[in-house]
Amino acid sequence: MLDYETLKFVWWIFVGLLLMGFAITDGMDMGVGTLLPFVARKDVERRIAINSVGPHWDGNQVWFITAGGAIFAAWPAVYAAAFSGFYMAMLLVLFALFFRPVGFDYRSKIENPTWRNAWDWGLFAGGTIPALIFGVAFGNLLQGVPFHLDELLRAHYQGSLLTALLPLLNPFALLAGVISLAMLAAHGGVWLQLRASGAVADRARKAVLLLSPLVTVAFALAGIWLWLGIDGYRIVKEAAHSAASNPLAKEVVRAPGAWLDIYTKQPLAMIVPALGLAGPLLTMLLAAVRRPGLAFVTSAVGMIGIIGTAGLSMFPFIMPSSIDPKSSLTIWDAASSQLTMTVMFWAVVIFLPIVLGYTVWCYANMWGRVTADEIEARAHSAY
Amino acid sequence: MVDSTFVELSRWQFAATALYHFLFVPLTLGLSWLLVIMETVYVMTGKEIYKDMTKFWGKLFGINFALGVTTGLTMEFEFGTNWSYYSHYVGDVFGAPLAIEGLMAFFLESTFIGLFFLGWDRLSKRKHLAVTFFTAIGSNLSALWILIANGWMQNPVGSVFSPETMRMEMTSFAEVFLNPVAQVKFVHTVAAGYVTASVFVMGISAWYILKGRDLAFARRSFAVAVGFGLASSLSVIVLGDESGYTLGDVQKVKLAAIEGEWHTEKPPAAFTLFGFPSQTGHATADAVKIPAVLGLIATRSIDEPVTGLADLEREHLARIESGRIAYAAMTKIRAGDTSPETRKTFDAHVKDLGFGLLLKQFVEDPANATPEQIKAAAASTIPTVWPLFWAFRVMVGLGFLMLFTFAAGFWFNATKSLERKRWFLWLTVLMIPAPWLASEAGWFVAEFGRQPWAIGEVLPTFLATSSLTSGDLIFSLTGFLAFYTLLLVIELFLMFKFARLGPSSLGTGRYHFEADAKTAAAVV
Repeated sequence: MLDYETLKFVWWIFVGLLLMGFAITDGMDMGVGTLLPFVARKDVERRIAINSVGPHWDGNQVWFITAGGAIFAAWPAVYAAAFSGFYMAMLLVLFALFFRPVGFDYRSKIENPTWRNAWDWGLFAGGTIPALIFGVAFGNLLQGVPFHLDELLRAHYQGSLLTALLPLLNPFALLAGVISLAMLAAHGGVWLQLRASGAVADRARKAVLLLSPLVTVAFALAGIWLWLGIDGYRIVKEAAHSAASNPLAKEVVRAPGAWLDIYTKQPLAMIVPALGLAGPLLTMLLAAVRRPGLAFVTSAVGMIGIIGTAGLSMFPFIMPSSIDPKSSLTIWDAASSQLTMTVMFWAVVIFLPIVLGYTVWCYANMWGRVTADEIEARAHSAY
Repeated sequence: MVDSTFVELSRWQFAATALYHFLFVPLTLGLSWLLVIMETVYVMTGKEIYKDMTKFWGKLFGINFALGVTTGLTMEFEFGTNWSYYSHYVGDVFGAPLAIEGLMAFFLESTFIGLFFLGWDRLSKRKHLAVTFFTAIGSNLSALWILIANGWMQNPVGSVFSPETMRMEMTSFAEVFLNPVAQVKFVHTVAAGYVTASVFVMGISAWYILKGRDLAFARRSFAVAVGFGLASSLSVIVLGDESGYTLGDVQKVKLAAIEGEWHTEKPPAAFTLFGFPSQTGHATADAVKIPAVLGLIATRSIDEPVTGLADLEREHLARIESGRIAYAAMTKIRAGDTSPETRKTFDAHVKDLGFGLLLKQFVEDPANATPEQIKAAAASTIPTVWPLFWAFRVMVGLGFLMLFTFAAGFWFNATKSLERKRWFLWLTVLMIPAPWLASEAGWFVAEFGRQPWAIGEVLPTFLATSSLTSGDLIFSLTGFLAFYTLLLVIELFLMFKFARLGPSSLGTGRYHFEADAKTAAAVV
C-alpha cells in the first residue's frame, strides 16, 4: 500500500488529469457548440459541425461526470463545500448542459427550421455557459470562497441565491471565465478545421486565428493581476501530511503574491505557465498555415498549461476560505481515508488506460472529414 | 433546531429529480440487451429485417437515452449541491462506487453509444455488434455501482465512524461491494429494467399487429421481447422475495412498515394482503391475512418472529439513550480528550451514534434532550406506514400482472395464435405504462422506507442537507420541475411520433408507409 502522503499527492495529480482530459475532449465539443451559430449558417453546415462531434460528445462528457465522482471519492470535503457553496452557479451549469443530450439527439429528427434552430441555440448555450462558469469558478477559488466549517465540519456560506451568485461575477473571475471560454472555443475551432469541410472548416480557422491570441493575452493579464492584485494563501502551521484529514488543525494567512510562491521555490514549475502562454500562440500559427492536426495538439498542450497553472499556483490549496482561512481545504486535509484513496488509486490505474484505449479505437473508426454529401446520404440516421 | 420546511424541500427535490431520472433508466437497461439480441441474430443469419429491428428499436432507445443522460447529470452532483453534510459525512465510502461507476461504466456506455447510432456505415457487422454489446454492458454496470452505493445507504457495512475526521470511513471495500442488500437490489433492479423494455417492445409490436402493418417486423420483435420478458419477470419476483428476506435481516423497520405489522406476532407471522394501516391507532384495519407467509419470506423459517413496529420503536428508545453517550464521548474526543476511558465509552456506544444524532432535530446538544424529546425522536424512527404499504402492493400487483402477460404472450406466440387474440394484443398495448408505475413505486418503497435515515441508522436525513435556504430550494425545485417536464413532453412527442411511424422511419423503402407515398407524406 502506498503511504498516505504520497497517495494524497497522487490524487491531486489524478484530479488534475481528469480536468485536463475533460478540457481536451469535452472542451472540444463544447467549443463546437459555442462556434456553431457563427461558423455554420445553413442547415447542412450545422449538421456538418454537429456530426463532426456527434459520435463522441457523450463519451467526452463522462470526463466531467467522472471528475465529479472522483472529487467525491478523493476529496469528500471539497465535493461537499464546493458544489453547495457554488449552488446557483452549479445549477446554471447543469441547466445549460441539459440542452446537449437532447440537442444532439433530437435536433435532426424533425425537419422543421424553427425546431432545428432552437436546438442549435440549445447546443450553443450548453457549450458556452458551462465553459464560462468553469473559468469563473477557478477565478473565485484563486480569490478564496466565503465559507467556514463549524465544529462538526459542516460547511456554511455567506449569502444565498443571487446575493451569492453576483459576487462570483467579479472582474478577475470574469477574466478567468473569458480565458476558459476562449480556450475551449478555440479548441473546438481547431477540431472543426480538422474534421469539418468546406465553408465550416474555413470559418472555424478564422475563429481560431481570433480566439487563440485572445487566450494568451487574457492568461498573461490574469497572471499579472494575480501577482500584483490578488492575495494568495499560505499555510503557516499544519499537521503532518500523513495525518487524518482535519481542515481545522492548521493555520493559514492571506498574503500578497503568495500564489507565486511555488515558482520562486521551484523555478522549474515555470514551464507550466510557459506552456499556457505558448500553446495558444502556436495553435494560431499552425491554424494559419493550415496544419489543424498539429494545432489540435498545441491547443491541448496550452490547456494543460493553463489548468496546470491554476492548480500549481494554489498548491496545496484546493478551496481557500476568504472569511475563515483555517477552514480552507487542502490536498492534505480534505482527503478521504487511506483505504479509499488506495482502492480508488487502483481503480484509476486499471480503468483509465482501458478507457483511453477504446476511446482512441472509437475516434479512429469514425475518422475523416464530415462532408455535405455524407450528411445527405445518411439524412435519416445522422445527427 | 432544524428548518423542517427546508429539509422537506430538499427531500422533494431529490425525490423529483431521482424519479424523473428513473423514468428513463429501466428502459435503457433492458432495451440495450434486446438490441444486442436482435443484432446478434442479424450477424448470425444475415437477415436484413433484424438489422432494421436493431435500428428502429435503437432509434426509440436513443430518444429515451438522451433524457437518461440529461437527468443523470443532476444526480452526479446533487449530493454535493443539496446534501453537503451527507457528502462530507459519508463521501469516504459513498463516493468510491460513484467514481468507479464513472470510470468503469459511464465511459464504456457513453463512448460506444455514439458509434451505435452513427457507425453503421463505418464499422463491420461484427465490430458494430461489439459496440452494441459494450453499450449494454456499460449501462448495466452503472446500475451495479449505483446500487452498491444505494445498498450502502440502506445497510452501511464495511465502515466505521471516525471522531477525528468526523465522518464514516471505509474499513473493507469487499464488504461494501458484497453487501447483500446491494447485490439483491442490483439483480432485482436490472431485471425490472429488462421487464420494462420487454413490455415496451411487446406493446408497440402488438399495436402494429392490431393495425395489420409491418407484420413480419412486429411478429419477430414481439417474439424476442416475450421470451426475454418472461425470464426477466420471473427473476424480478424471485429477487423481490429475496429482498424481503434480506430486509427481515437488516431493515426490520422497512419490512414491518411495508407489511403494516405494528406488533410482533407469534411466529410464523401472517402476510397482510390488504388493509388500511392507521399510524395513530398502531393497527391495520380490515386486514386480509394469509397465515405464515410473511414469516416464511422474512426469516425463511416458521419459528423466528418478525418484529413489529411498536417493539422496534421501544428498542430505538434504548439506542437513543446509548447514542447520547456516544455523542458526549465524541465531543470530548474532538475537544482533545485522549484518555483510554473516553475512547472505550465511545467505542462501546458508537453503533448508536446515529440514534443520538436524531435528537439534533430538537436540541443542539443531545445531552440536553428532555424525556419527551427522546420519545419524539424514537417515534420519528417509524416512517409513515400507509404510503409504503400501498406503494408496495401496487408494485407487486403490477409485477404479477406483467408476469401473466408474458406467460400468456409466450403461449400464444408459441402456438401461433397471437394474431387472433385481439383482446390480448390490446391488453399488451395497455400494459405499456405498467412497468414504469411499478419501477417508480419500487423506488418509493426503497427510499421512503429508509426514512428518517439518509444512511440507515447512521445519519438522519434532516442533518444531511446543505446550508442553503428554503428560498434557494423553491427556486431550484421549480426550475428542475419546469425544465424536466418540458423535456419529458418533447421526449414523449418524439417517442409517440416514431413509434406510430414504425420502421418506415428508417427510410429503407421496405415498410408500410413507404409503400404508399401519399400516406408517408401525411405522416412525415
